[in-house]
Amino acid sequence: MTEPRDRGNWAKPVNEFRVGETTGDAVIGNVEGRRPTGPLQGFGRLWQKTYQVLVPGHSPEEIISVWKERFGEFWPPSNKFYAPAAGLAPGEVALITGGRGPARVTTGVRVIYADERSWSYMTPEGHPWAAIITFSADEVDDDVTAVMIQLMVRANDPLYEVSFKLYTSRLEDKIWTHTLTQLAGHFGSDAPVEMAVNLIDKRRQWKQFGKIWKNSAIRTLLRRDRHVNARREAGTATPVPEEHPGEISKEESL
Amino acid sequence: MPTTNLTTGIRDVAEGVRVIDIRGEITAFSDEEMSKAHEEAGDGAKAVVLNFTDLEYMNSGGIGLLVTTLIRAQRSGHALRAYGLSEHYQEIFNLTRLDEAISIFDDEASAVSGRRP
Repeated sequence: MTEPRDRGNWAKPVNEFRVGETTGDAVIGNVEGRRPTGPLQGFGRLWQKTYQVLVPGHSPEEIISVWKERFGEFWPPSNKFYAPAAGLAPGEVALITGGRGPARVTTGVRVIYADERSWSYMTPEGHPWAAIITFSADEVDDDVTAVMIQLMVRANDPLYEVSFKLYTSRLEDKIWTHTLTQLAGHFGSDAPVEMAVNLIDKRRQWKQFGKIWKNSAIRTLLRRDRHVNARREAGTATPVPEEHPGEISKEESL
Repeated sequence: MPTTNLTTGIRDVAEGVRVIDIRGEITAFSDEEMSKAHEEAGDGAKAVVLNFTDLEYMNSGGIGLLVTTLIRAQRSGHALRAYGLSEHYQEIFNLTRLDEAISIFDDEASAVSGRRP
């Protein structure tokens, strides 16, 4: 059988997220040891949300290369992205801080797929979403590239599902619209961001109700996300295996 | 404009069970071909079996497409099963936890019967 040409693009499966060395104020407690969750896990309704902007005069490969290198720079100021040292490559784990005050949450993502025109990540238990989120670019016309962010997401637990309806769905739209606007502007495009939303599965997965105990927003509020950081500093944390994804080395923020 | 390199064929293999033979690539651009095949195969079926033996390439957009196909199957009330996945693609199903929802079998006979030897 011929070797599949996507072999090098995919991460290896893991049972738990593992975070390497961290810098600055990156908090790992809501990521370390958590199971990956995708759109078939999670509690809430399953949504597909697509955000797209057109960028003339630049190839998909060029845009994706810059985007991967400077991912956190295009985010809104309320969010902070701690990129892995090896960059957004398959298997790497990045940490995220989002929101402000009592709505602040520390979490992370793991890159599951990356090539020259796209990459995708999955989220851990406790993240607001059980999701696969894909960032991609493709030619749509002569010299015009469509840059896209596509989310397949369920709220990870009932609390997030309620907040999704009340607030976080619109916040998500603002974050990604801002991101694409900034990215397009970097390449000289002032095209508007277009959005499409599809409800893929209106059923809620009640068997996932118990995920609420891993809610990262609550753990952040109660500062229980910092225990792993404290144990590492005290030298009492479980050693990280040598083979692990994601050594965090730089902080990217606006 | 990107196009798909996916072709499919449908076979009646047992009462209420049809196989979709997948050839080529599964990406986000394969939606139309895959939807059409699944709609036809699933009509009145109790199970649809996806044959991945001739799958050449899949990116993460392809995973999203399989998620959507699974939801459609659940909505229609028939099972979705798979066989013919290489070790590489079984790993991807495991990575994305798709294998928790789509049962994977070693061969067509067991996928059709829904029973492992």
